[in-house]
Amino acid sequence: MRPMRRRRAALGLVSALGTLLAGAAGAAPEAATHELLAPCVACHGAGTSETEGIPSLGGQLPDYVVTQLFQFREKQREAPPMNDVAAEFSDDDLRAYADAVATLPPPTRTGAPADPALTERAQALVAKHQCTSCHGADLAGRESIPRIRAQREEYLAKALTGYKSNARPGYDPAMNEVAQELSEADIKDLAAYVSRL
Amino acid sequence: MTPTSKPFLGRGLAAALTCLGLGAVGPHAAHAQETPATAAPPASLKVERGDALYGRPENGAAVKLAPVAGPPLATPVAKLPLDKLKVPDGFKIEVYASGIANAREMTQAPDGTLFVGTRTVGKVYAVLPQAGADGKREIKTIASGLHRPNGVAFHDGALYVAELSKIWRYDDIEKHLDSPEKPALVYDDLPKDEAHGWKFIAIGPDNKLYVPVGSPGNILMPPDTHAQIRRIDLDGKNAEVIARGVRNTVGFDWNPKTKQLWFTDNGRDWVSEDIPNDELNVLTEPGKQHFGFPFCHQGTFTDPEYGWGHSCAEFTPPVGLLGPHTASLGMRFYTGTMFPEAYHDAIFIAQHGSWNRTTKLGGAVVVAKPGADGMVAAVEPFLTGFLQDNKYVGRPVDVLVAKDGSLLVSDDYNGAIYRVSYGH
Repeated sequence: MRPMRRRRAALGLVSALGTLLAGAAGAAPEAATHELLAPCVACHGAGTSETEGIPSLGGQLPDYVVTQLFQFREKQREAPPMNDVAAEFSDDDLRAYADAVATLPPPTRTGAPADPALTERAQALVAKHQCTSCHGADLAGRESIPRIRAQREEYLAKALTGYKSNARPGYDPAMNEVAQELSEADIKDLAAYVSRL
Repeated sequence: MTPTSKPFLGRGLAAALTCLGLGAVGPHAAHAQETPATAAPPASLKVERGDALYGRPENGAAVKLAPVAGPPLATPVAKLPLDKLKVPDGFKIEVYASGIANAREMTQAPDGTLFVGTRTVGKVYAVLPQAGADGKREIKTIASGLHRPNGVAFHDGALYVAELSKIWRYDDIEKHLDSPEKPALVYDDLPKDEAHGWKFIAIGPDNKLYVPVGSPGNILMPPDTHAQIRRIDLDGKNAEVIARGVRNTVGFDWNPKTKQLWFTDNGRDWVSEDIPNDELNVLTEPGKQHFGFPFCHQGTFTDPEYGWGHSCAEFTPPVGLLGPHTASLGMRFYTGTMFPEAYHDAIFIAQHGSWNRTTKLGGAVVVAKPGADGMVAAVEPFLTGFLQDNKYVGRPVDVLVAKDGSLLVSDDYNGAIYRVSYGH
């Protein structure tokens, strides 16, 4: 029975979204985006996630978001409940959500900045592994490469661990390649530092 | 409750899901999706310095360069860059098929059905030969959930598909496009490295399967299992290494006259904006030749790190140079009759285009014309326009001489296939 229940739930969500999309056509763009984002924001927050294990989406560019939604739909990246949420999305749905998510403001850090010892270790790792080559000098991302600064610490650690073990195959293998060389201590330092930027 | 489900089942989240009508999804979905079916296998080999950026100098301009993958969704046909693409006088270019996200290697069955592999979206497609009333050809997805199924080769009614580390055979595929039979595993004695792990494959005039194993990183001393081309019986037996010192070939074909294997090879990054060139090579003595990697590049200079103690004279030099960082991928001899005489037995080469260069190069199909000495006499542009203002509007991956003598070109950036024809 489990698969049926999952499918019914996913279909229910899709029809609700369909209504939202249809209803949004005539409304002001901001209102349409706001409605579209309601289910996303419920878990992810309006830019900054307050929930353990759930990433902040604020400040991500549409190319990155559409790629992740695609990977959820195709089950290339397993991250429940997102695989079920995206299961019935059309390509146009993926584009619409990606554009909407990209309007969320970048996440804000509330805790203390990294201490000098951590900063020194992590900056050496950032330089060694050339994180800024793809993610940009301020780690704010570009094109299909995500913003990682001020992302949740435990989410960053989980992502790097997943890349290292290949449990999370990247859309492009770049992160799987680079993560092979990271130790557990490296991952801890990188996550702690980047989340505090 | 399982470890993987735990982070997703905080009380607040469960409440949020419930209010969204997703309450039933949470725990069950988390549990049900712990199947290993689509999870990538762990790397068999822990490679030091295995990432694309190894070797990069710490300099302001160099740090801005990095490979960026194309989008996962195909460009709608109306937005394809057809008006920007240029072919020589007398030739015509049109869209052959669209909506084929991440279209990579191509192979054609005798009935005209075109099979297309992908690198990033896990799918293999079939493009039906006859266009419908709307001028569009129907696309069927014949396999999905595969791991980087870049390579496809049709032979004797069967479709061979190369994943990153497994090669499958789909028997009698033309009759089973809607529900392919379970494929037979042909060969899986392959490394699982992601770097240069996706494969171009082809079946030679000797009825053997040719499979490359790329270098597991930009520049390193490859293990004995890597940086080579293997030749395997169609049943997966008797694998032998026929070429060594091959960094990463993503395209090869057989000279119709000599039956020798010609292949492109992608040169290393981060030496210079302008060297080394990608290579066009010929295998004349299977099993005996070493093509230089990582000791010698483009046949003319030794590697700054691995070349010490070596001379390029130790290795087989390329027969043609294809430009620095151009990412010269799919290549085929022109064996049709539609094109003018000057193109007969010439080699079309798809250049995906550079990332490791400030001013991009490639993003074109070029034609290499062989000279009387067996070397390449000239490399000329053939299909250009994918590069506009130092940005890609499309990226060619493979070329294929279709049954009617036209040239098909796949574009993984737009998920499209173009057709270049001559005359009427």
